[in-house]
Amino acid sequence: MDPRFHPGDSVRVLERNQPGHVRTPLYVRGKVGVIERIVGSFPNPETLAYGQTGLPYKMLYRVNFEQKLLWHDYDGKPEDSLEIEIYEHWLEPA
Amino acid sequence: MSDQHHDLVHATHTHDGKPIQNDDRPPLEAETLETAIRELLIEKGVISSDDIRRAIETMDDRGEALGGKIVARAWVDEDFRQRLLSEGDAAVRDFGIDMRPTELCVVENTDEVHNMVVCTLCSCYPRPILGLPPVWYKRRDYRARAVREPRAILAEFGTTIPERKQVRVHDSNADLRYLVLPQRPAGTDDWSEEQLAELVTRDSMIGVADVRGPTD
Repeated sequence: MDPRFHPGDSVRVLERNQPGHVRTPLYVRGKVGVIERIVGSFPNPETLAYGQTGLPYKMLYRVNFEQKLLWHDYDGKPEDSLEIEIYEHWLEPA
Repeated sequence: MSDQHHDLVHATHTHDGKPIQNDDRPPLEAETLETAIRELLIEKGVISSDDIRRAIETMDDRGEALGGKIVARAWVDEDFRQRLLSEGDAAVRDFGIDMRPTELCVVENTDEVHNMVVCTLCSCYPRPILGLPPVWYKRRDYRARAVREPRAILAEFGTTIPERKQVRVHDSNADLRYLVLPQRPAGTDDWSEEQLAELVTRDSMIGVADVRGPTD
């Protein structure tokens, strides 16, 4: 499986409402970040959690967000950041 | 019974007067399933009760002592430090630790960056190294505030991050498990690996505290 994104790429997390076992927290949906690293392909937790195989595997990335972009009233340094794992099907180029 | 006698009984006898009863909640479906599978596996000779007891003992033995050994090795052995940061799973295998099916991601504190770890979705934690997470790690307020106001949370843990330092929060939300490699404290240049390992605390490896040295 070839990764669609690479370290340094700007990405936006999809603002999608999806019920069930979703590992993309609300606070990053719709936000723009930068790919920190490609983690690799993993079973899809959205089906694995319901006793299925998790196939096809999904590419997983670590995405870095500036805290100031996540929270409009963030109290800290402009360089403060947050890193989180996001599966490829939750990302689009930004 | 006179009131006086009643008071005397209460003074020496501390239970609330109710008979002993089974007031546990009924088992969850998953617990019943676990019991059934465990008993079948034992009955068929696949595993023994002692295997299970030993697995629980091994799990309970994990904690800051094991994490401390890994951190101390990274402080004294540059090759190991590089390996720990680039391929954590392989590096901790030297200590008999198997991270599967998750992968280990080690993040290093420096003069420029302070890292801290949270799992906003549940309680993901590097259990093969640190054992069970502390109660506060699973609390909603820690999980919600660590991503939202990390500097305030850190201050409440007694860890004030200077303005010049960047704070980087890691939300352990999926397949990686995070271990913070804290900074080696000042005044420990001539310390042995074993001495250094004893300085390292659980909280320093979650990133809510620094490791204190002899001069702190």
